[in-house]
Amino acid sequence: MAAPSAPPALAAIEAPRPGCIGDRVLRNEDARFLAGHGEYLADLDIPGTREIAFLRSPVAHARIRSIDMPPGAEGRVFLLKDLGDIHPVRAVLTTPGFRGSDYPALAADTVRFVGEPIAICLGATRAAAEDLAQEIVVDFDELPPVVEIEQALDPASPSLHGWPDNICFVSTPGGGEVDAAAKAAAVTVTREFRMARQCVVSLEGRGVLAYWDRRLQELVVYSSTQQPHVIRTVLAKLIGVPEHQLRVVAPDVGGGFGVKNNLQQEEVAIAALARRLKFPIRWVEDRREHLIASPQAREHRVRLTAHADARGKILGLEAEAVVNAGAYSIWPWSAAMEANMVAGILTGPYAIDAYKGRGVTVVSNKAPLGPYRGVGRPSACFTLERLVDEIAAKVGREPHELRIDNMVRPEQMPYRTVTGKLFDSGDYAESVRQVAAMIDVPAVRARQARQNGTGPRRIGLGFASYTEQTAHGTDEWIARGLTEVFGYETATVRFTPDGKLIIEAAIQNHGQGLETTLAQVAAQELGVDPADVVVRHGDTAVSPYGMGTFASRSMVMAGGAVGRASRQLGEKVKRIAAHLLQVKPADVTLANNCAVAGARSVPLKSVTDAAFLHPENLPAGEDPCLDETTTFQPLSGTGAFAYATHAVVVEVDTGTGLVEILDYAVAHDCGTMVNPMIVEGQVQGGVAQGIGNALLEESPYDSGGQPLASTFADYLVPGAPEVPTVRIAHLETPSPFTAYGIKGMGEGGAIAAPAAILNAVNDALRPLGVELNETPITPKRILTALHDARTERAR
Amino acid sequence: MKPMPFDYARAKDVPDALAALADADAGARVMAGGQSLVPMLNLRLATFPRVVDISKIAELRERSESADAVTLGACVTHGEIEDGEAPEPAAGLMRHVAAGIAYRAVRNRGTIGGSASLADASADWVTTLLALGARFIGRGPDGEREIAAPDMFLGPYFTAMTDQELLVRIVVPKTSRDATWGYYKVTRRSGEYGLSIGAVILDPAREHASVVLGAASRTPLACTAAAAALRGAPRWTEALETALRTAIAEDLARAERPFEPHEAIMVETTILRAAAQALGVS
Ligand SMILES: Cc1cc2nc3c(=O)[nH]c(=O)nc-3n(C[C@H](O)[C@H](O)[C@H](O)COP(=O)(O)OP(=O)(O)OC[C@H]3O[C@@H](n4cnc5c(N)ncnc54)[C@H](O)[C@@H]3O)c2cc1C
Repeated sequence: MAAPSAPPALAAIEAPRPGCIGDRVLRNEDARFLAGHGEYLADLDIPGTREIAFLRSPVAHARIRSIDMPPGAEGRVFLLKDLGDIHPVRAVLTTPGFRGSDYPALAADTVRFVGEPIAICLGATRAAAEDLAQEIVVDFDELPPVVEIEQALDPASPSLHGWPDNICFVSTPGGGEVDAAAKAAAVTVTREFRMARQCVVSLEGRGVLAYWDRRLQELVVYSSTQQPHVIRTVLAKLIGVPEHQLRVVAPDVGGGFGVKNNLQQEEVAIAALARRLKFPIRWVEDRREHLIASPQAREHRVRLTAHADARGKILGLEAEAVVNAGAYSIWPWSAAMEANMVAGILTGPYAIDAYKGRGVTVVSNKAPLGPYRGVGRPSACFTLERLVDEIAAKVGREPHELRIDNMVRPEQMPYRTVTGKLFDSGDYAESVRQVAAMIDVPAVRARQARQNGTGPRRIGLGFASYTEQTAHGTDEWIARGLTEVFGYETATVRFTPDGKLIIEAAIQNHGQGLETTLAQVAAQELGVDPADVVVRHGDTAVSPYGMGTFASRSMVMAGGAVGRASRQLGEKVKRIAAHLLQVKPADVTLANNCAVAGARSVPLKSVTDAAFLHPENLPAGEDPCLDETTTFQPLSGTGAFAYATHAVVVEVDTGTGLVEILDYAVAHDCGTMVNPMIVEGQVQGGVAQGIGNALLEESPYDSGGQPLASTFADYLVPGAPEVPTVRIAHLETPSPFTAYGIKGMGEGGAIAAPAAILNAVNDALRPLGVELNETPITPKRILTALHDARTERAR
Repeated sequence: MKPMPFDYARAKDVPDALAALADADAGARVMAGGQSLVPMLNLRLATFPRVVDISKIAELRERSESADAVTLGACVTHGEIEDGEAPEPAAGLMRHVAAGIAYRAVRNRGTIGGSASLADASADWVTTLLALGARFIGRGPDGEREIAAPDMFLGPYFTAMTDQELLVRIVVPKTSRDATWGYYKVTRRSGEYGLSIGAVILDPAREHASVVLGAASRTPLACTAAAAALRGAPRWTEALETALRTAIAEDLARAERPFEPHEAIMVETTILRAAAQALGVS
């Protein structure tokens, strides 16, 4: 286990104070966003900037015979060979058996997916750059594409990367006696589930702007990224610019959800080219590029078997998860992240002692797969929770009661799962009980009895439970075989001489409210007004090294770092204040921008004045200045586990195949909440994306490997009318492993929604003999299933 | 997603616009609301060297009303119809349809004439104007001509108008005072084009019924058998529903391709629900 670094002093909060941890503070960043003063990549106004259009492959798989340049291409069109001596990206796991492949910044010999960048074209405007790109003629020698999972698994298919087949990695997590469980079981249920390939669809697409700063002798790379420091590290290695001469800045970032949590080929190509040019260059991803060429998500086929006793207690599970990871392995997660994650967490929140899993990662001629809110968990949850409902149907029990019976119990905490995760705390079954009460199961059942069968519209009720591993620590990343270990986070907390506070953090805030919640943590420790705290982040030049914002980690990790740094800084503030007040440091508390000791108090401003401008007023031996940098790692190397149960009531229209969500409730536990309002926003937003996953979003490809959804006319995302207001109940069991007991929760909303909604739709349609195990459940899929079931019954 | 370079000109009147279209080599294209044309240009699905903006031509923005018809200039917007800033010929049907097209931002610019000229088989106006028996007035080098709705929409993005013609106005016959309508549009999310559209108009005073199925095939399908079943029907009954189902099956059999099972369920639902709505059942 990693060296514990959470001082036990950062204990859970008993009673929230105004502005501090637990308060519903309005967000600091919203003043800027609501006034339209956010500054995104496309807003940057740097004189002389030329715009980039990438020439991208129009074919899925081909060798490049030749590239014909149009007149005027000199100095305006750049191929791989024009970028100097740069290395291809090679994103591998250290785990034995992982097959690596090279992903060049620009394709030079072979293209492996539609949208793969081939050339950088420059113009005064994006339109001019596109005109130029259109003039370039590439002679492709087309190769047969490998598109779908079945093709990728077929040893007869052409091999993409010169391996014996297209299987990148196979993991086999598990433990316990599955065969014994199978023998002992009263019921065995097997199903195959599919979750479609999706696009991530951040509101702002990706984008990069780069230039060489002649005064500072450094390469400046602005990127719409979630992890500037880490990107700097890898860019430095790939393009040969020393890391201390490289600055990566993430300006305001309009949503990430994982798609900006990777090294991007465009970042490498643009940074390498900017090093060789005398003017800034910028690429702003448009929606079409985003939908076809950004890292995509999901595309799982999972076969799951459960062995259970006659009451539905699950005795053992067997799973095979195959994930179509697309053409290349992306850094740092590797192509195998999805499959490994699904296979690794399939036992869910349940106490299941016997499990045999297999996670298979295949490559294909589709866009590379990357992380998307929830990563493998929406699929794992969907698979397991759908099967739980089928077990319940088989043993004739209410699905939510079956869940309660199977869950890890509070007295088993901390609980080590059969795949080695350490559940830290909480009462999982209580989340089911609470959400069942909120949704009012008897009332829904009564309504179903009244309505279903009387007309085309049928009511259904669905539940889904999950655990969400958050703030993964050192052990987790090592276990996953990552080449870099993202086990900690860092923050600097510094006062200015006028008594105000600046937090410098290595995370990146792109919608999570961290400019507010980190200020609340500092307020907790230092008694400052959170509205007055400046939080600077997302820039390698303004904060110490850290990992960035992803995997529901920032509140735990950066919050812990800010908490520790503030606590330490607070000790110094108290010593100085005690000296000024002529009391003992132990008698000083910090509140309302003052240091207080009994009836006496001194404003923080006097303390900072002494610290910065009047060293003669400091106690003997005290160093001037007031700043502190610390790191934070959770006490458990597998992080903290949040959990929740979702319940949803839907109405399925059997005449149109449309699904309407009538009610949606969530009971969740993310430990200590720093700002419940922000937590609720995260749940609501996650559920919105989960609704897209369940009902709308799909990136289909034709047999030639052409993506068929390249605009929002074909790739449907939920809009406000499709997203109900989610009713939310908070359970608050502090984690024993983190500062203040905070658990991450950024992904949770998205994890359970597909499972809950599909369970509800199946609940509505089960009496008609319909079972749907594939997302999204489109009108076509629902109506086809209804038709098939009707034909079946007529036979 | 930026267009190729093109010239932009704003036509001051119809002759001005026609002059621009007359020179076939100049490759000019008129733009009304631009809500379909601009995306096509941006995606480089279409390139036109010259775009002639007709949205400000006064004549094309006119609307008028006579005893038996409403006449709408081609550049009357969806939003204006939605807001009741144009006379309503069909007991609120046109306002209802307009309000269900896309989002308000699109409706602020998109025009009824642009929609009819584009002839997207999924467009709301194409289905509605066919059901209402509208007439389309085109003007070209040889003057004006009138095209009846059934002759207007020949295929997806294909109308009876020539490249030298401008659609100047649309004449929509008024329904009788006691006429009723039903309009049922299936969309997967709000603001989208319909997957299937059913438009039903029942005008007992004129012994008229029309049923059009939109969006489901290459051109809207006039469901004459369904219309016959509905003609004179006083109210929704089980017997009527059964008769309608049979009639719909007959109509669908005339479509240019067989419907897949899931499509057949959806389009039948669409027509039945539009019909039920027209008969006061929802
Ligand atoms: C996001 C979005 C959603 C939409 N959803 C719907 C929907 O739900 N239902 C629906 O029906 N439509 C929908 N539309 C289409 C919208 O209604 C368009 O506005 C309409 O189809 C075209 O009208 P326009 O005035 O914008 O035409 P333009 O885009 O300007 O022109 C379209 C075509 O018609 C030609 N043209 C235009 N006017 C004339 C004329 N007077 N004479 C001859 N040729 C002409 C143009 O040259 C061009 O080829 C949607 C559009 C968008 C962008």
